Amino acid sequence: MYTDKVMDHFMNPRNVGEIEKPSGVGEVGNPTCGDIMRIYIDVEDDIIKDVKFKTFGCGAAIATSSICTELVIGKSIDEALKLTNEAVAEALDGLPPQKMHCSNLAADALHKAIADYKAKQEAK
Amino acid sequence: MRRVYLDHGATTPVHPEVIEAMVACMRDHFGNPSSVHSFGREAKKLLEDARSNVAKLIGARPEEIIFTSGGTEADNLAIFGVARAMRKKGNHIITSAVEHHAVLDACLALKKEGFEITVLPVDEYGMVKIEDLKAALRPETILVTIMHANNEVGTIQPIKEITRIVKEHGAIMHTDAVQTAGKIPVDVNELGVDLLSASSHKIYGPKGVGCLYIRKGTKMFPLTHGGGQERKRRPGTENLPGIVGFGKAAEIMTRDLPEETSRMTKLRNRLIEGFTAIPEVKLNGHPTDRLPINVNVSIRYIEGESLLLMLDMKGIAGSSGSACTSGSLDPSHVLLAMGIPHEIAHGSLRLTLGRDNSEADIDYVLQVVPEIIERLRAMSPLYDRKEAQACTPIK
Repeated sequence: MYTDKVMDHFMNPRNVGEIEKPSGVGEVGNPTCGDIMRIYIDVEDDIIKDVKFKTFGCGAAIATSSICTELVIGKSIDEALKLTNEAVAEALDGLPPQKMHCSNLAADALHKAIADYKAKQEAK
Repeated sequence: MRRVYLDHGATTPVHPEVIEAMVACMRDHFGNPSSVHSFGREAKKLLEDARSNVAKLIGARPEEIIFTSGGTEADNLAIFGVARAMRKKGNHIITSAVEHHAVLDACLALKKEGFEITVLPVDEYGMVKIEDLKAALRPETILVTIMHANNEVGTIQPIKEITRIVKEHGAIMHTDAVQTAGKIPVDVNELGVDLLSASSHKIYGPKGVGCLYIRKGTKMFPLTHGGGQERKRRPGTENLPGIVGFGKAAEIMTRDLPEETSRMTKLRNRLIEGFTAIPEVKLNGHPTDRLPINVNVSIRYIEGESLLLMLDMKGIAGSSGSACTSGSLDPSHVLLAMGIPHEIAHGSLRLTLGRDNSEADIDYVLQVVPEIIERLRAMSPLYDRKEAQACTPIK
């Protein structure tokens, strides 16, 4: 059902946890539908220095969260905004079709975290 | 790696004696049971021996057993068969919210044909309430179909009492006993039911075969038309190797039932005690009116599929009522009908025991599971939210 890459990221998720004073936090999903992803980012000079995540959900939800953090650490905000859910799935060598919509939300959570960061910057 | 199969509610391994019987049937008795010659007569004898064994398992007479392709076909045959035969008498059918889809979807299909369907609610344990049944019965009620025990949460319904009320009312009573026939004592006369579905592959027989018990005198139409096999109620050349396997499985289950039931109950209770000792793990289903093989728990803050995957990596096979494993966006209709909230239903785990399980298997599961739960909870944003709430002093 899942590719080796999905299983690797599911069994050994990268960057699980929280950032104590994050530059931005983004959360998508709800417990009713069975998937929640929360992504924390630490930004310095518009570069994403660190990303952490916490996810409630299926194997695909955890694996997409994990690989998403790997894909954007060290990237600029603008580059990170170009990351799509499809690109996240592709980086995992694909997801089962039924998982593409319900559990593939990591990029959305990341974009929300960036929006949160930008809003905080503007407020300063 | 140690492998522990705890999904016997889904299917069971075929018993070696069953395999032997099936191989012998295919090798030595290929004849068509309807043929007049010796080949046919030998096959016919195997067919009728199997029928006797299956009848014995549920306290029926052999001529009341109709072999089908499995539990789903038996349910459909019972429901459509009665609905079509009794239509002149009435068009109302009663079922329950926790039925297997073979029953629920058959009833939904009849609704499209103009039948009225009442779906009885269940209590927090998944049990139908007698007063709800009484209130739902109408003069035009022709059929009540309520399962003997639930496949997901293991709750055993009071079928004897339900049947008494249904019969007094003059309606026909069907029960889906796919989860009970061969697992707990089932006697069609003790229960009083008119129709009862059973399956082979849940009791160490082959897949693709089951039966419908039809009490003598029950009016029903066949769904398929053809030859005269199975008293014209299920025409077509019999799946003899499958039926022989089912017969052998029924014979073994009849023989071993008392011993296996008490052994399973002990293992089940150990699992339930072990799981419910973990914080925020709750048993789903009835604590005592429950299948001896069934454990179903909700583990808060984690999702069922990820739990199953992690268990699988440790060699443990279970199932879940989470949406991810149900093939839809909603979690189990059974858990939702019991009033369990969506997010808790997503975190359900079903473990179903079988003959091959040992005390050592239970030790292994109880050793492995807490670590896995802790790992997934540490990843869960719902869990730390709860921790944060716990730290907030109450004003």
